[in-house]
Amino acid sequence: MMKRFLLALAFIMPSAVFAAGYSGPLDKAEIDLTDNASLQRGAQIFMNYCMGCHNAQYQRYQRTFNDIGIPLELGEEYMQFTGEAVGDHMYSAIDTEAAGEWFGIAPPDLTMVARVRGADWLYTFFRSFYVDQARPFGVNNEVFSNVGMPWVLEELQGTPRKTWERRMVDGEMKDVYVGIRSDGNGRLSSEEFDQAMLDLTNFLVYMGEPMQLERKRLGYFVIGFLIVLLLWTIFLKKEYWRDIK
Amino acid sequence: MKALIEWIDKRIPMTNTMRLHVTQYPAPKNFNFWYLMGSLALVVLVNQIVTGIWLTMNYTPSAEDAFRSVEYIMRDVEYGWLLRYMHSTGASAFFVVVYLHMMRGLMYGSYQKPRELLWVFGMLIFLVLMAEAFMGYILPWGQMSYWGAQVIISLFGAIPYVGDALTTWIRGDYVISGATLNRFFALHVIALPLVLVILVFLHLIALHEVGSNNPDGVEVKRKKGSIPKEEQSKFEFHERYTSKYDIVDSIPFHPYYTVKDLVGLAGFLILFAAVIFFAPTMGGYFLEPPNFEIANPMKTPEHIAPVWYFTPFYAILRAVPIKLLGVILMFASIVFLFLIPWIDRAKVRSTRYRSGFHKANLTQFVISFIVLGYLGVQPAEGIYVLLAQIFTFLYFAFFVFLWFYSKNEKTKPLPERLTK
Repeated sequence: MMKRFLLALAFIMPSAVFAAGYSGPLDKAEIDLTDNASLQRGAQIFMNYCMGCHNAQYQRYQRTFNDIGIPLELGEEYMQFTGEAVGDHMYSAIDTEAAGEWFGIAPPDLTMVARVRGADWLYTFFRSFYVDQARPFGVNNEVFSNVGMPWVLEELQGTPRKTWERRMVDGEMKDVYVGIRSDGNGRLSSEEFDQAMLDLTNFLVYMGEPMQLERKRLGYFVIGFLIVLLLWTIFLKKEYWRDIK
Repeated sequence: MKALIEWIDKRIPMTNTMRLHVTQYPAPKNFNFWYLMGSLALVVLVNQIVTGIWLTMNYTPSAEDAFRSVEYIMRDVEYGWLLRYMHSTGASAFFVVVYLHMMRGLMYGSYQKPRELLWVFGMLIFLVLMAEAFMGYILPWGQMSYWGAQVIISLFGAIPYVGDALTTWIRGDYVISGATLNRFFALHVIALPLVLVILVFLHLIALHEVGSNNPDGVEVKRKKGSIPKEEQSKFEFHERYTSKYDIVDSIPFHPYYTVKDLVGLAGFLILFAAVIFFAPTMGGYFLEPPNFEIANPMKTPEHIAPVWYFTPFYAILRAVPIKLLGVILMFASIVFLFLIPWIDRAKVRSTRYRSGFHKANLTQFVISFIVLGYLGVQPAEGIYVLLAQIFTFLYFAFFVFLWFYSKNEKTKPLPERLTK
C-alpha cells in the first residue's frame, strides 16, 4: 500500500534532471544490496583500482568489512593497501593535491558518488570509456565527456573502441554505429566485465548510504506499529465522539 | 495529589489555565480534515527542535568540517541517520502542513475580521520558517547548500545603492564562506527558533482570544442572551467565555479534539515514516543529489534549483528578465498574502457560501501556485519562461480580482447554525 502510494507520488512529480551534462539513455543497473558476494567483488575492484587515486574518506574499512561480510583479518590483509588501522577512513595512497596537479583536477571523493550520480549513471559510465587519441590519457567517455581520468580498468575490459559496421540500410551500404566494443585483450569477457561493473556499482550504492538496508528493515516495524496506533486512535475517537451530534 | 495541585494553584494558575485553554475551551464541532494541520505543525516544530538539538551534539559548524560531520552523523553516530532524516524530512513536512494550513485559512475565510492579527502572526511564522529553512539548508555544506545560498543572497544585491554592501554584510565575507556558515548556524539554532516559538505562542493566544473559525464560517459565540438556554451547547465551558457569550455548536477542545488530532497525528506519522524510511531524499526533492558532494566554490552546478517549498516564489523571481523587478515581485507575492484580510472585503467567510466567481478565483490561485512550484525546478528557458510569466500574472490577479468583487459579492444565505 505504502509502496504503491510512493510509487504513484514518484510518477506525479516531474522527474528531476539532476545528472550533470549527459542526457542520453542510461542502462538500468539491476543491483542487489543483499548480495554480499557481489558487494565483496565490487569492494575488491574499488580498493584495487579506484582507490589508487580516489578517496572514500567518510567510510571506514571496518564498517565496510562488517557490513558486507568480510572477516576483518582477511580484509586487513588483502584489501587494505595503505597500512592504516582497520578502523580508519578509506583514504587513497596518493596525495589528492598532487593528483590535482597531475590530472588537472583532483580525483573526487567517491563515498557518496552513487547518491550524486545514481546507480544507472555509474553503471553506464563504467561501460562508456572509448579510445580517443585527442585526450591526454587517450580515452574519453560517452556519458562524461572529456573525463579527466585514465581508463584504469582497461586490463579488465580490454581496449574499448567506438565501433561501426557496414550494413545494408534502405538499399544502401552504410557505416552504422554499433556502440563501444572491446578489442578482447582484457582479462574479462564482455559479459564478465558487465557483471564486474554491476558489482562495483552495487558496492558504490552501498557505500553511499551504508545503513540503507537497516533503514528499510526498521521502516516496516515503525509503519506496522503506526498502523496499529492509527486503528487504536480511530476507535478512541469514535468512542469519545459517539454522543456528539 | 489533590493537595499538591492546590499548592501549585495557589502559586501559579495551572488548573485555571488548563480549563481556559484546553478542557473548557469551546471549539466548533464541525472541524474537518483541514483543521488537523495546526496541531500537526506544532508536532513537526517539536520534532525539528528535538532532532535539531541532538544533531548539534555532533555537527561541526565550520567550512572545513561541516560536510564531514554530517557524514559522521550518518555513519558513526548511533541512529544519527534517523535523526538527520527526521530533521530533513521534517523541514519538508513543515511546509506541507503549513501550506495546507494556509489553504484552509483561504478556503474558510479564517483571516476575516476579527482574525486579522491571527492571520498576520501566521504569516510571520511562515516568513521566519522560510528563513529558518534557508539557513538550515546551508549547514550540510554541500554543493546545493553553497550555490543555493549564493543565488538567494545575491538577490539582495539587486537593491539599488546598498545592494552590494548589504550582501557582503549578510555573508560576512565577499563570497559565501565559513563566516557565512557560522552565522547561519547561530541564527538557525538559536535566534530564529526562539522567534518562531514566540510567534507560535502569540498565534495561539490570538486564536484563543477570538476563537476558531470553522468550515461554515458562522460564529459560534453569540451575543449574550440571544440564544435560549436549551439551544446552547450543553458542555461546561470556562466562565471567561460564557460570561460574555452564548455558545452554540461547540465542544470542549479536550477530550474531543485531542482524540481527533491523535487520529490525524497517527495518519501523518505513517506518511512521515514512509518518507524517512523508504524515500528519505524523496527522489531528489527533499535532499538534492548535488548536496551529497562537498561545497566547491570553483565548480558551479549545471542547474541550481531550490528545495521544493521555495520553488513557487523562485519561479516568480525568474519570471521577469529584470532582476530588481523579479525581487520586488517575489516579495510582493508574500506581502499580498499578509494583506489578504484587508483585500478581501466580503462579509461571508467560507467558500461554501461565497460566489462561484470566488471559488473559481481561489481555485486558479491554488493551481497557479502549484504550477509555479513545478516551474521553479525547471530550467528558466523556452516555454517555461512564458508559462512562469502567465502564472505569475494569475497569482497576482487573484488578489486584484478579490479586491474588486468581494465588496459587493453575491453570496448565498448563511445557515443559522453550523451544518455538518
